[in-house]
Amino acid sequence: MTMAETTANGSSQTYIGTRTIRPDGVDKVTGRARFGADFNLPGQLVGRVLRSPHAHARIVSIDASKAEALPGVKAVITRDDFGDQPSEFVPAGEMMMNYKDVVRNVMAREKALYEGHAVAAVAATSVAIARRALKLIDVKYEVLPHVIDVVQAMRPDAPLLHDDLFTAGVEPKPDKPSNIAKRVEITLGDIDAGFKKADVVVEREFKTAPVHQGYIEPHAALASVSEDGSTELWCSTQGHFLVRAHCARLLGLDISKVRVTASEIGGGFGGKTIIYLEPLAMALSRKAKRPVKMVMSREEVFKATGPTSGATVRVKMGATRDGKFVAGFAELKYQAGAFQGSPVQPGVMCAYAPYDIANVKVIGYDVVSNRPKVAAYRAPGAPISEFAVESVVDEIAKKLGLDPIELRMMNAAREGTKAAYGPKFGPIGLEETLNAVKKTEHWNTPLRKWQGRGVASGFWFNIGGETCASLTVNEDGTVSLMAGTPDIGGLRASLAAVAADELGVPYDKVRPIIGDTGSLGFNFLTGGSRSAFSGSMAIVEAAKQIKNDLCARACKLWETKPDQVAFEHGHVKPLGSIAEKFKPMSIADFAKIAGKTGGPIGGVGRINAQGAGPSLGTHLVDLEVDPETGRVTILRYTVAQDAGRALHPAYVEGQFQGGAVQGIGWALNEEYIYGDDGKLQNAGFLDYRMPVASDVPMIDAILVEVANPRHPYGVRGVGETPIVPPLGAIANAMENATGIRFTELPMSPPKVLKALKERGVSAKA
Amino acid sequence: MPRVVLVGNLAQITGGVAEFQLSATSVKQLFEQLSDLHPALARHLEDGVAVAIDGQIYQDTLLEPIGPNSEVFLLPQIAGGSASGDYSRRRARNPACTK
Repeated sequence: MTMAETTANGSSQTYIGTRTIRPDGVDKVTGRARFGADFNLPGQLVGRVLRSPHAHARIVSIDASKAEALPGVKAVITRDDFGDQPSEFVPAGEMMMNYKDVVRNVMAREKALYEGHAVAAVAATSVAIARRALKLIDVKYEVLPHVIDVVQAMRPDAPLLHDDLFTAGVEPKPDKPSNIAKRVEITLGDIDAGFKKADVVVEREFKTAPVHQGYIEPHAALASVSEDGSTELWCSTQGHFLVRAHCARLLGLDISKVRVTASEIGGGFGGKTIIYLEPLAMALSRKAKRPVKMVMSREEVFKATGPTSGATVRVKMGATRDGKFVAGFAELKYQAGAFQGSPVQPGVMCAYAPYDIANVKVIGYDVVSNRPKVAAYRAPGAPISEFAVESVVDEIAKKLGLDPIELRMMNAAREGTKAAYGPKFGPIGLEETLNAVKKTEHWNTPLRKWQGRGVASGFWFNIGGETCASLTVNEDGTVSLMAGTPDIGGLRASLAAVAADELGVPYDKVRPIIGDTGSLGFNFLTGGSRSAFSGSMAIVEAAKQIKNDLCARACKLWETKPDQVAFEHGHVKPLGSIAEKFKPMSIADFAKIAGKTGGPIGGVGRINAQGAGPSLGTHLVDLEVDPETGRVTILRYTVAQDAGRALHPAYVEGQFQGGAVQGIGWALNEEYIYGDDGKLQNAGFLDYRMPVASDVPMIDAILVEVANPRHPYGVRGVGETPIVPPLGAIANAMENATGIRFTELPMSPPKVLKALKERGVSAKA
Repeated sequence: MPRVVLVGNLAQITGGVAEFQLSATSVKQLFEQLSDLHPALARHLEDGVAVAIDGQIYQDTLLEPIGPNSEVFLLPQIAGGSASGDYSRRRARNPACTK
């Protein structure tokens, strides 16, 4: 349904675009909300995982007999409890993963491929017994050399993780295995010819460290498997339908036998789009014939769940002296972790997406190394490649003496621009975000010594996908709304506003919940910035069914023809010759006589939402460097981003702010630190330093709305783009403040101090 | 006839041929015609590609129409599609998955 059709369909716009009270607010502020670890069942057991202490080791043997014999232990599982899976790629969140790798990531088989890799698991009657049981499992390892860094992992003499992994995407096909899983490339125009036209060329190499999504709530799962295989599972996840599919597959169950409930979620950001504990809890429960609950510690979250890639990126750009970009080249090398499947492909496609450049060539390598398998993290792949490009754009601006916003404006992608990855853009809002930032007081505020200002833009595609949502009119005229994608950023409030406006009922009479997998048809996960976009389309469809049904009932009640009735602002109204004969009937009126006029009133939207429009944004940051400590303080931060249409402005602003803060952490502090033994040294929030509220100022958010013509209300997804510009914006501000171009993230205090000293810059200067 | 362009690594499978003029009127027909021309493409099309038709990106939709003058790009999939549909196909092929 298009925007024009929506407004002609009898809906009002009273709640959409306003800051309605969030329906989950009371439970969350009172502590009543139930997160993954808050579910319990009578008779449940405690599940714990034995994890590899080695970064790379062959598993020679596993003897669990002593653990099994320990009183209080009800089940022990190892690789032998999971059937092997054939090599087949499946969607694992926003990236693809091979099922052969999924089963090995869940429980190691031939090798332990990273410190923290699950090797066995136990279910026991208490935590203490479970811990003792883990110590009794005798695993014999043959320790192997390991490799962590992506460039080192690409060397021909690097320790090999998989002897059946051959680089795809190269000709001729290699006959030797490699840690390079894949080479990808996109090309537009003629890159060599483009560089020949350039008056200025900038080439730089950049390095980023792996960073974790940093969700406050660790992974948790509670599984109860009965003797006939019927399974109930509660877990913290961004996609309970995919959890159901993957777990059913790994345990050899019919999908219909598995019912998954998604708990309230304490953050996901892409990191909860794949399975870890869920199949283990199910396998233990099946063996023990009792429910099993498993909750990760923070250390396990860091050591055994997927962060995003670390990477090495080389960028070379050329521009004319007038500032026109004529050539853009990039080579991206991304860590995938222990199994193939880094987000290098979207990184390649996004690198130059904000710009109209005739000649582009971007090459990407997907490289395995002895770290946890990477998972999606908010616009996966894009922050890294766009950090590098935005840094080089800034250098070009300086070399040409051009304003960095004006330079971006000159080269901005617009409607009709051919993207580097092929198709032409529809309506997009990059230019509007650049203009919005330029008009701010922030942009025009003077700076002092050791303070710097930086700007950067960013792009993410967004997606739609399979979505089911239902609306049911209750006997008292209130409306129950059921969505199927976990609410990680305001979905329930947004969909309730859409339903209220579509049906013409008060917002507080619409009660939204997230249904379990037994209550709705398949829903793809919450990711790709899709849930408000596609969920609202499904609700519009469900509401349309209700409106059509009520009009049909009115026709029968009033004994008239369809063209004599219309749905408008919550009522079915008689038209024309019968207008004076009957009173309009509200939804509540129909609810009272639902049974007598055909039965319960409801609608279900079942769609594969298409038409997601990309969201582009521009960030502006001021920071101050302490030359004595190297510490960087963010002074001021402004985000301008195209939301299409903000269903709930406060939530959209929250997405902008959250993405910006995560980008600040990524740029300034966060990194995985490995020892020479391949073991993670900072597996906790004390030493893995993420920003907290006192580290950042209020993030100013500017909502730009360039309507997406393919959505009934013009909505675009917004959740991922905000993490893309911060890395480049902050690096550019650092250059402005210090005169030093930092090309390695994070720009943490020791690195900043070292760079200042090497440059001979001191506090006294 | 619609102009069809393969983006990224897909052209390697067709021996470097990246552009086609085909008579397809839907994504389903497009996949069938491409698979007839280059059978090695079939698995990649089945595993999942994104299809951009006149600038609009579609994923996991076989029935989307293609106009006679459309410009069509086959792209790497931006995010995964339906696990349910893939699951049933894999169940049929995998005798190990019996329950």
